[in-house]
Amino acid sequence: MITQGKHSGSLLTQSARTKKRNAAETRFKAYGIAAIAVSLLMLLVLVTTIVSKGLGAYQQTFITLQVELLEKKIDKKGNRILADIKKVSTFGYAPLIKSAVTAKVEELGIETGLKSKQLVGLLSKGAAAQLRDFVINNPDRIGDTVEFRFLASSRVDGYLKGRVHRDSIANDKNISPAQLDLVDALMAAGVIEKTFNIDFIIGADASDQRPEAAGMGVAMLGSLSMMMVVLALALPIGVGASIYLEEFAPKNWITDIIEVNISNLAAVPSIVFGILGLAVFINYMHLPMSAPLVGGLVLTLMTLPTIIISTRAALSAVPPSIRDAALGIGASRMQAVFHHVLPLAAPGILTGTILGLAQALGETAPLLLIGMVGFIASNAPDSIASGLMSPNSAMPAQIYEWAKRADPAFYERAWGGIILLLLFLVTMNTVAVILRRRFERRW
Amino acid sequence: MNDMTLMERKVETQDIKIEASDVQVHYGDTHAIKDVNVKIEDKTVTAFIGPSGCGKSTFLRCLNRMNDTIQTCRFTGKILLDGEDIYDKRVDPVQLRAKVGMVFQKPNPFPKSIYDNVAYGPKIHGMFNTKSELDEIVETALRRAAIWEEVKDRLQAPGTGLSGGQQQRLCIARAVATKPEVLLMDEPCSALDPIATAQVEELIDELGQRFSVVIVTHSMQQAARVSQKTAFFHMGNLVEFGETGQVFTNPKDPRTESYITGRIG
Amino acid sequence: MTTFWLVACLILLSAAGFALGRHRALASAGGQVRNLHSLPNYYGANVALSISVPALAVLAVWLLAQPMFIETRVASTIPSHLIPENTNIGLMMSDVRRISEGLNIAISQGIMSKSEVVFLDAETSDLRSRLGSLGIALGSDVRPEILDAARSYRSMSHDGRLMMTIVVGLLALIGFSRSYGRTDKDYRARNVVERGVMGLLIVAASLAVLTTVGIVFSMLFETVNFFGQHGWRDFFFGTTWAPNFRGDSELSMLPLLWGTLYISFIALLVAVPVGLFAAIYLSEYATATTRSFAKPLLEILAGIPTIVYGLFALLTVGPMLVKVFGRGDQGLLGLDWMSGATSVLTAGLVMGIMLIPFVSSLSDDIINAVPQSMRDGSLGLGATKSETVRQVVIPAALPGIVGAVLLAASRAIGETMIVVMGAGAIAKLSVNPLESMTTITTRIVSQLTGDTDFSSPETLVAFALGLSLFVLTLGLNILALYIVRTYREQYD
Repeated sequence: MITQGKHSGSLLTQSARTKKRNAAETRFKAYGIAAIAVSLLMLLVLVTTIVSKGLGAYQQTFITLQVELLEKKIDKKGNRILADIKKVSTFGYAPLIKSAVTAKVEELGIETGLKSKQLVGLLSKGAAAQLRDFVINNPDRIGDTVEFRFLASSRVDGYLKGRVHRDSIANDKNISPAQLDLVDALMAAGVIEKTFNIDFIIGADASDQRPEAAGMGVAMLGSLSMMMVVLALALPIGVGASIYLEEFAPKNWITDIIEVNISNLAAVPSIVFGILGLAVFINYMHLPMSAPLVGGLVLTLMTLPTIIISTRAALSAVPPSIRDAALGIGASRMQAVFHHVLPLAAPGILTGTILGLAQALGETAPLLLIGMVGFIASNAPDSIASGLMSPNSAMPAQIYEWAKRADPAFYERAWGGIILLLLFLVTMNTVAVILRRRFERRW
Repeated sequence: MNDMTLMERKVETQDIKIEASDVQVHYGDTHAIKDVNVKIEDKTVTAFIGPSGCGKSTFLRCLNRMNDTIQTCRFTGKILLDGEDIYDKRVDPVQLRAKVGMVFQKPNPFPKSIYDNVAYGPKIHGMFNTKSELDEIVETALRRAAIWEEVKDRLQAPGTGLSGGQQQRLCIARAVATKPEVLLMDEPCSALDPIATAQVEELIDELGQRFSVVIVTHSMQQAARVSQKTAFFHMGNLVEFGETGQVFTNPKDPRTESYITGRIG
Repeated sequence: MTTFWLVACLILLSAAGFALGRHRALASAGGQVRNLHSLPNYYGANVALSISVPALAVLAVWLLAQPMFIETRVASTIPSHLIPENTNIGLMMSDVRRISEGLNIAISQGIMSKSEVVFLDAETSDLRSRLGSLGIALGSDVRPEILDAARSYRSMSHDGRLMMTIVVGLLALIGFSRSYGRTDKDYRARNVVERGVMGLLIVAASLAVLTTVGIVFSMLFETVNFFGQHGWRDFFFGTTWAPNFRGDSELSMLPLLWGTLYISFIALLVAVPVGLFAAIYLSEYATATTRSFAKPLLEILAGIPTIVYGLFALLTVGPMLVKVFGRGDQGLLGLDWMSGATSVLTAGLVMGIMLIPFVSSLSDDIINAVPQSMRDGSLGLGATKSETVRQVVIPAALPGIVGAVLLAASRAIGETMIVVMGAGAIAKLSVNPLESMTTITTRIVSQLTGDTDFSSPETLVAFALGLSLFVLTLGLNILALYIVRTYREQYD
């Protein structure tokens, strides 16, 4: 042995330097594990926050009351003419509810010093409208005593969900401790119950005053209409552009510009697309504000680069031998592409499209600029054309709208809306992953 | 080289540097090395030859535990370096690899300057105290790798800017700089042109006089030119091991003969 | 006829043309497909495309060009002395449009008759309140000149639409007769159709360029308008942002840019170390099993929409930070440094979480592109894994990582929802991360969603901000893509 380095001792004992180096190694590895742990912890915190705060929106408190539909209050003439009945506004129905609540409290023998106005305060402000709608639809029931399930007010609902506490309502003019005592008593009697709230999923948005009645349904329709527009435009245009660039385009500076353009367009902030939509579609072309059609157009432009990039990847994954084979038996280049390459690339294209749609579904910023926020989506569109052209909201825009409102009862709705939005996204991504697994070919 | 020099060198170096016994290696389900026993001498060039996929590179990588970096790789058996089992639990592969250096098939200089490439090993192993000591180590290593004259004026130039043959000699210099006792070379000339190959072969011959060199090669001519001992691997088995002259001129195993005469491989 | 029905008619006509063309081709060959030059479907497609493509193209161009044409024509009829100081023709034109729309509604609801509209007198008809009852709010009483302009606007739009319908219909018919007439067994239908399809593909590909042109021009146009009303020096170099909807606003980008960069910086401070270390661990240390569950989980973070992060910032992280740094004696640290939930730190932290997977997946790709032989070389010399990573892999991957960080920075600068909900609305040049500050994107949203008129500098400034944002992010992207591309080529 002629080369005597510093490391010539026995292999079986670690030198001091090796120990130090190994300690550094362990530290470095620990940083890596910590980084992964921090990221996953954040994911966990995010998911638990969403679920714990949002699940409440899927339950709602209802109060069951027997209401006597007094003829003298709601159909004074007694002739059951719809036009006359419609003249009675919701104010006319308020006394019916008032007496129904009072009757219920007396029937149960609950001692309460509350005035009837405060008793009615337990119910949603939409209760009278609910009653009126029922009467207009069933004028023959006037005079009967009918059982109704009314939404409880958001404070009562919050009390049962643990959001409103007795010590937190000191300055709240909408609810008092005495009312909460009454809620407890009614709860014990089974008049108040908390059940699954389908209206949150299929219902419409409600005004500032009635968080308990707000739902995502109409906004979901708005999102659906936008996604239809995106699918109908972005898929054919994106696939067409990709086919040209991947299969036919000559390699020259024009194609280079288009390619650089597409990769840069993919990274343009989404709000810039909103500005484009506002300037071109609304200011210049005078398309209606807040219309899902405009939202869909903006999101199409935004999604196009994503779809083009994934479609081109799918097309270039099809080996040239397939094209050669088709050309070899006398097919034209166009036929080779449309008959052979495109079907083979279809799963990849579909996967990319679904992911692009998922991205578009969750996008909010451009929708702010074209007015899909701030609009109370209270009416479901009645046809496809009105679904596209009449003002509507979209799921993420609706969530943002709720997050902006002052009443904390809306926050629960916002988190609940996020659960719904994420469910859609998870489903879309799962479908994309399954498609990819199922149809992916390795050449 | 003629047989005389072969004989002379053999007389000087009799110590056994590495002794492998009952070595088995599995990659997942494939049995890559089957029951290999071999004794590698100090200050000798030992060549591993055999057809592609015969396990010669795998076995080479066992000698400094480079296979540890592959997750699916399982090793059983014993490899003694100066009488110490390198697969012992107490052995730190980092310390082992400082003793058993390695040169790879493709020249793989780091994206650093020529100087930093050579200084990398001494730096991580803490082999110097002053800057001038490090300068000396780098210069000695570059001289030993017969590249000093070509690069002494541009030590700060990036190592990736050298030609293929220079890059490989730089990688040898890098390995030599850590003062290894064994140098493993995995087909070091396969990516080089004939002239660069000749330079590297000359270098191997020189290095073989200082320490144990184990070289894996595809080329039988190369094995015959540079090595004193040759091991022939076939399908994971060590078929034949002996004096290079004997293996090439008078193989004992019919498989070795078939390979050398070009019937398999 | 509305555009919708026009398009529907064209589609129906094309379908009919397809069937007719196919039939005629087959008939010309005596029912024998082999006697045709092309397959029968190509003859059908030829007719269908001849009907629809020119007609649809003209329709699209017409729809784009008509408003501009009418606007300029109508605007030139409004006498310049009517335009009040401090406003421009755009304000007048939006009145004109609103009145003409109101007249349309009035007619369709039967409140006014068509002839009544023609003889409407601005002085006597009290148009403002009548339109107001239809939901069309006007800022001032209607002057006769404006009413005239509105009337001509209405009639020109109407005539334009009629003309468009006629032209488009005519084009469809010409397309049909020409292509149907040519349909014959020797006609090279496939070649013609393929040339047509190729043309459509080229149009699709150039749409991406058109989008960019659209973005640049729509913003450039309004930005020039803005600089006509507000000095560019003040916009770029002034230090105060104080929009005032009665005019005389101070509109300088600097405080907004500062807020944007500050928040992005904090976000990168979170995302780069965590993302980079996560990528290093996943690509160099983790077993296949760990990678197979940790990577998809990380990517979930990337797939979460930004509105979720915004809500998280507003309702969870913000209040938590207030609990720690604010509320005086009732807070966790007894400090009173934070007044509200929105702050640079709130937005920065949450944006950092959002960017972690972005940084980690980009760096992961880049680290994996470093050849294994490089690692082997280092490990073969007796380096530990961390030494290999720090001294060989990272330096080799550095250009790529720099590119990834630049891309992340561009993402952070352009991010909207998190800052809209988490950063606050006060523009200031402060270094305290616990104060709320505002960003370029936040101000774009607030300037464009207010109820102000489109031609005021307070609104137009949003376009100047948008253009600055676009240029900034585009520059970062081009630089980053260039760096990453050169880096990849090095190891290809």
